[in-house]
Formats: sequence, C-alpha cells, structure tokens
Amino acid sequence: MSPADTTASRQLLPVVPLAALFFAAFVLPLAALVLVSLFRDPQFSGLSLVQYVRFLSDPFSLKVLSDTLWLGAEVALATLFLAYPLALVYVGSSQFMRTLITFLIMLPLLTSTVVRTFAWIVILGRDGIVNSAMLSLGFWQAPARLLYTWEGMVLALTQIQLPLMALPVINSLLRLDGNLTRAAEGLGASRARIFITIVLPLTLPGAIAGWLLVFAAAATAFITQTLVGGGRIILMPSYIYQQAVGVQDWPFAAALSLIFTLAVTGIVFAIGALSRRYVRGVDAA
Amino acid sequence: MQRSLVDRVYSAVVGTITGFGMLLLLAPTLVVLVISFTGGITLKFPPPSWSLRWYVELLQSQEIMDPALTSLKIAAAATILSAVLGGAAALGLARSKLKIARALDALFMSPMVLPAMAFGLSLLLVFNLLGIRLSAATLVLGHTVICVPFVIRMVGASVQQLNPVLITCSLSLGASRWYTFRRITLPLIRRGIAASCFVAFLTSFDNVPVSLFLADARTEVLPIKLWAILEGSLDVRVAAVSGVIVLLTLAGLVCAEIFGGVSRQIGNR
Repeated sequence: MSPADTTASRQLLPVVPLAALFFAAFVLPLAALVLVSLFRDPQFSGLSLVQYVRFLSDPFSLKVLSDTLWLGAEVALATLFLAYPLALVYVGSSQFMRTLITFLIMLPLLTSTVVRTFAWIVILGRDGIVNSAMLSLGFWQAPARLLYTWEGMVLALTQIQLPLMALPVINSLLRLDGNLTRAAEGLGASRARIFITIVLPLTLPGAIAGWLLVFAAAATAFITQTLVGGGRIILMPSYIYQQAVGVQDWPFAAALSLIFTLAVTGIVFAIGALSRRYVRGVDAA
Repeated sequence: MQRSLVDRVYSAVVGTITGFGMLLLLAPTLVVLVISFTGGITLKFPPPSWSLRWYVELLQSQEIMDPALTSLKIAAAATILSAVLGGAAALGLARSKLKIARALDALFMSPMVLPAMAFGLSLLLVFNLLGIRLSAATLVLGHTVICVPFVIRMVGASVQQLNPVLITCSLSLGASRWYTFRRITLPLIRRGIAASCFVAFLTSFDNVPVSLFLADARTEVLPIKLWAILEGSLDVRVAAVSGVIVLLTLAGLVCAEIFGGVSRQIGNR
C-alpha cells in the first residue's frame, strides 16, 4: 500500500463502527429474510420456491399487491396536484408568507403518524366534522360512511404525505431561471401557458422525485392504512403483519416482504432512471 | 383583454387549490388540539363542552404513561447511538473518494428505501434464528438503523459545507487532531448534528413498523399502544396524548429552529 492509500483508508476509520452495526442489524437480517422465504413451510422443513409460486398463483395475493401499488400511485398523484399551486404561491410571495407555508408543510411532517391518522378519524368519523357539517347544513339526510373507505384513506394519506411532495417541488421551482418566465411573459404568453410550456417541464425532475417519495411512503403506510382504511381493505403491509404475527407463517410473510420490497423499489428505480433519461433529453435540446 | 381573463382564471385556480392545500395541512393538527379539550365522552366535533378531563384521565392512565416513558427512553437511546455512529461515519465518508466509501454511503441510506415492515420482520427473523431474546436493546438497535440515514444526510451536508482549509490550518499550526475536531470541526457542523438529532428522535418516537415486530411484552411503545387502542375503540384519551405530542413537537421545533435552523436543514435533506 502506498502512503496515500494508507491515509485514504485511515480516513475511513470512523466509519467502521457503523459499518459493523449495519452488517449485524441490516445486512444479516435481510439475508435471513431471503433464507426464510425459501423454506417450504412454517416448520422450516426443506428449501423450495413454493412461497413465491403460492403468491404468484393466488389471485387474492396479486390483488393485494396491485391495490397497494395503485394506492401509492393515486396518493402521489393527488399530492402532486396540491403541491404545484402551493409551490407557485410560495416562490411568488413575501418572506412572511414563505415562512408561513414552510411552517404549515413542516407541521404534519413532524407530527407523529398516529396523531395525524387519529385526526382523520375525528374528521371522517360518524360523528365527525364532515358528517356533522353536512347534516347541519342539510346537504345530507343521514351520516355517510367516510371512515373505512378507500376514498377516505386516499384523502388522509394525501394530507399526511403532502410535505414529501411539496418540499422537492418548491426546491426545483426556486432553482428555475426567472429570466425564462419573464421572457415568455414579455412575449405575451399567458401565465397558464408559461406554466405548461416552461415551468412544468423544467421542474419535472423535482416533481418525479416527490412522486416517488410519496408513492413509496403511501404504499407502506401501515398505520393509516389499517386505521382509516379499516380491516376490510387488505394491503401489503397489513397482509405481511397478519401472515407473520397472526398466522405465524414466517416463510410466506418473508416472501411477501421481499416481493413487496422488490415491487416498490423496482418501480422507484425504473421511474427514476426513465426521468434521468428524459432530463438528459431536455439538456441536449 | 382575453389574455387577462385567462390569467385571472389561472390565478383563481392556483389560489383556490393553494388555499385548500394550506387548510388541509393545518386542519388535522388543529382538530386534534380542539378535540382534546372536549368535555364529552365521544369524538363528536365540535365538542359539546370544554374541559381538561381527558388530560387528567391521561395522567392517571398507567397503561398509556408507561409506554410513553418507554418510547421516550428508546428514542433517546436510538438518537444518541445513531448520532454518534452516524456522525462519525458521515465525517469519514464526506471527503473520501474511495469506491468503498460510496458503497458504504449507499448502504447506510438504504433503510430509507426499504419498506419498514420488511425490515421489522427481517430483524425478528434474525433474532429468532440466532436465539437472541427480544428486549429494549434489540428495539433500540432496530430504531438506530432507521435513524442513521437522516444523520448521514444532514451531518454529511454540513461537512460538505465545511472549508477543509480550516482543518489544514489548525493542524499545521500545531493543534492535535482531537483539539482540531473539538474546536473547529464540531462547532461548524453543530447545526447539522442538532437537526439530525431532532429528526432521529421523532423518527424513533413515531416508529411503528419496526416496533410492531420487535417490541416484547415488557417494552410496549406509545405509537403501538395508541394504534391498539384506536383499533379497538375511539378512546378520547388518545386525543389528550395527541395534544401533548403536538405541543411538545411544536416546542421542540421552536427550540431546534432557534438552535440550528432545523427547517432549512430538513428542507435540504
């Protein structure tokens, strides 16, 4: 080893404790997860791919997976719809408004997930805000069922994950070159047209980053899914929990976890790679 | 004329959605605070009367206070462990150009992409296969792993902004490595460390997926307890706990903002 190499490796000395921790408490467990998923039955008698075959040949399991991924996509789209106007107002406003919007975005991000979910139970419940408002205004004759529905779950998750979308979109809008929009304005383009032809394409990388964050977070949001969605909507996180803790079928639960992980990270990496290719296209043009 | 009409419609649409978005961000927190002061026995909104009864009830509920205390201890331990180990690693990785440094950085960030349920289950499996009994210590270990990515990113960002010339100067003027670290490096990355401790603490305190698999009967944590209560019934005591959590988080945010400009740090992550 040359002296330069030794110094370079010595710099890595402080990394060793964490690397050791990660080996023991992250790499090893994941290896165990893969191993357990290959057992034939909960008694761990013999290795086979039977758990994966079981998943892929079971329409119920496949539906649970597709529902979960669809939920993530839907919530991410809803947050995107809310985040852009919020970001547009943010960049165009005074320091005070900016601080206020930042505070509003940080608030849910820092409040415990159980608390945020609980709030939605109060809002959507039988005696909740929406029902009592609609009843007293005479719009509804009887309280509607809002809790334990798919729509209620999407709404709650949209609020809970909105900060993850708003922050990257605001950051990419702040980086946008103001001369471009001013030039377009000077040439007589309407603000809507400026948004669609200039702002949106140039801030798309930030939007995609936010979309992927929200997608992954909403698909894996166990607490909100079980409390607002209720027991009748079965999604991957509660399916894994039920198989692991309820039925004690660890090999199947492990296979479910791996399939779910691969599906979520696969989608994140695929869309991330596609967007990077698209961004290069923008630069080249 | 037509152009101004289009612009006005556009502004109205943007303004309306923004208003709705801001209301959506704020409303749930407000709702929780308001409902926690209800004098009634249900979650009826608006509350029929006002009182502090649920806060009093909360203080007398050992079954909630115990998990709350456990959660605070676990979160404190996980924060210290992830800040010390993660902070040291971030310092080591920040300027290294070695390939292994990039690989380790990716490894330390990966708990963020892995669905937490899968990680929780995998820890349970490995502890079982190795015959390790579940305890508060195993729970802290799991929480530390999921807190580390925040420390790596936020402390790493602070180290990147640090001017390396300052270190070189200090060393060439005869200061020891330890003295340089204490007097130069540490004060300059203080904000990043403070912000990452804040986020790590909240992450651990709030964690459900990992605790769900790792908590044994004696180490019941608060979010799981609240989840279990809410699955069974709509208990108003949860509103009081939520009220306390919201107020403490706000107080913490104000402190962290004064001490380290935490919102900027989190925005950059």
